[in-house]
Amino acid sequence: MRRGPGKPRLDVRDLCGEALAGVLARPVRSALTTLGTVLGIATLVVTIGVAATAGNQIVGRFDALIATSVTVEVPEQTWGERVSVGWDAPEELARLRGVVSSAAMATSRKTANLTVSANAIVDPTRVTDQTLEVVSATVGLPEAARGAIVDGRFYDEGHITRRDRVVVLGDQAAKLLGIATTANAPAVFIGDRAYTVIGILGRIGREPGLATAVIVPPSVGRADFDLKEVSRVLINTSLGAAGLIAEQAPQALSPNNPTGLQVTSPPSPTRARDGVQSDVNTLFLILGLVSLVVGGVGIANVTLVTVMERIGEIGLRRALGAARRHIAAQFLLESTMIGLIGGVIGASLGIVAVVGISAANEWTPVLDTRLALAAPVAGALVGLLAGLYPSIRAARMEPVEALRSGT
Amino acid sequence: MTTVISLADVCRIFPTEPPVHALSDVTLEVPPKDYLAIVGPSGSGKSTLLNTLGLLDRPTGGSYRLDGVETTDLSDGERTALRGSRIGFVFQSFHLLATRTVEENVMLAELYRKHDRRRRRKRALDALDRVGMGHRVGFTPDRLSGGERQRVAIARAIGGDPALLLCDEPTGNLDSDNTASVLDLFDELREQGLTIVVITHDDVVSGRADRVVRINDGRLT
Repeated sequence: MRRGPGKPRLDVRDLCGEALAGVLARPVRSALTTLGTVLGIATLVVTIGVAATAGNQIVGRFDALIATSVTVEVPEQTWGERVSVGWDAPEELARLRGVVSSAAMATSRKTANLTVSANAIVDPTRVTDQTLEVVSATVGLPEAARGAIVDGRFYDEGHITRRDRVVVLGDQAAKLLGIATTANAPAVFIGDRAYTVIGILGRIGREPGLATAVIVPPSVGRADFDLKEVSRVLINTSLGAAGLIAEQAPQALSPNNPTGLQVTSPPSPTRARDGVQSDVNTLFLILGLVSLVVGGVGIANVTLVTVMERIGEIGLRRALGAARRHIAAQFLLESTMIGLIGGVIGASLGIVAVVGISAANEWTPVLDTRLALAAPVAGALVGLLAGLYPSIRAARMEPVEALRSGT
Repeated sequence: MTTVISLADVCRIFPTEPPVHALSDVTLEVPPKDYLAIVGPSGSGKSTLLNTLGLLDRPTGGSYRLDGVETTDLSDGERTALRGSRIGFVFQSFHLLATRTVEENVMLAELYRKHDRRRRRKRALDALDRVGMGHRVGFTPDRLSGGERQRVAIARAIGGDPALLLCDEPTGNLDSDNTASVLDLFDELREQGLTIVVITHDDVVSGRADRVVRINDGRLT
């Protein structure tokens, strides 16, 4: 009588159980083995996560500031048809739906570099004269420039009508001139005239040049500095209205020659986002990949050592009826599990780090769920590749020699 | 009943220079319920005979029928399956997995075999009862004495209900008390109908067997 012995078999659940028991048999070694994968995966997750998070923050800032900013430039006219914008521009613009705030400004080459000093005393030990720009602007400037009066006040229509010689300093200009407070009504000297400083404008969101400027009322600008013509109009719109306002503002400001004005409107949001995505930190990505490779080599090494240590066990399993592929599958699964554990821990640490970095910067953490899922898979893949050679070695082992080893 | 082991003119030549004739024309019959000891000095071909009997090595000539199945023309996979289902191994160094409990070690016997998984624990406990180790189920091997470890290894070997218990120096690492208890166990197992082949150089062990064959220079005498 002859019975076919059939093929040796191994239940998948048993295979998983044996592999898990193999990993847990030396918990400290397994934990240390996962370290390389943990570091590699964590670095990758942090790099990609922080890049995505920071990228979205930059887009958010574009949205908040630039997407609602429209600037109208009045070209300097020396010949041909004259384009002019009246000082009543803010009132004209206020009629447009979507305009939140606006201000007209005048600058000129002549007033760009004026010598300003804080007092008339000549002190040879320190530089008291500063070269600053003088700008005239309508009363809505603090709001239009998204700044705030940090000390004193801004001038009002009354100052303009009375032609009071008052100025507001940008915060950097005030620092340069040594004026910390307006409480005792300090004066600055421009040319030979004295002007009372009534306020300091700080935290300027747009028109950063204003921080180092001396801001005067239009009436003073016209009389003392020859700033007769409006050269720039700052407009803030409500969200989404910028495109429309950019079209309508020239009509409102210069009905006779709207095309003569240069309008700067926000870039389209998609372009802003593209710009950010190319900003992913390549160096850190490479670093993460390198540590992942190092982690894989570590797993390969330790698995090989484990195979050599477990020669007796391999022989026993062969004697119990395990085929070579069962031996290979078990060691392959063990190294894959170690890689997977490393990937899970690394991804978790990476996500925690991204959240921590976001919290420290007051950002909203942005996490791609595909990244969170792919990271452990990548770890498992590293473990799988690392286990290939050791498991082939284990499978090739002859049971005879394996059993004689005596361990 | 089928003869458990039937060797006919088995040769095993190692292709070295000059060739080593580890086994030469070995002919051996082991009927069921036999208790056979194979003795011989080291280098006599004992281990080669053990490996051949255990399907761990393939003879270069002759015929080997195990439990009625001609093994010399089986594929590696079939030999592995036959080894797993028909032969229980007992080794000198026990080969118990140090991090697993006694019960888990015995349950390994069915890992590579077609059996329903649900009653695996029950069968392992039965095997442990048969070797008198039912009271050490949850222990790890490092808490057992040498004799107890060998009993667990024997439980693992008989757990799969093999046709043949193949023992390689089963008492080589044991003191005389433990040796006696393991040999008593072999007697009991034989009473229960198991076929036992023991390879040893210990006269105490071979003296307890029904039959003793001597191997010298690859030939049985």
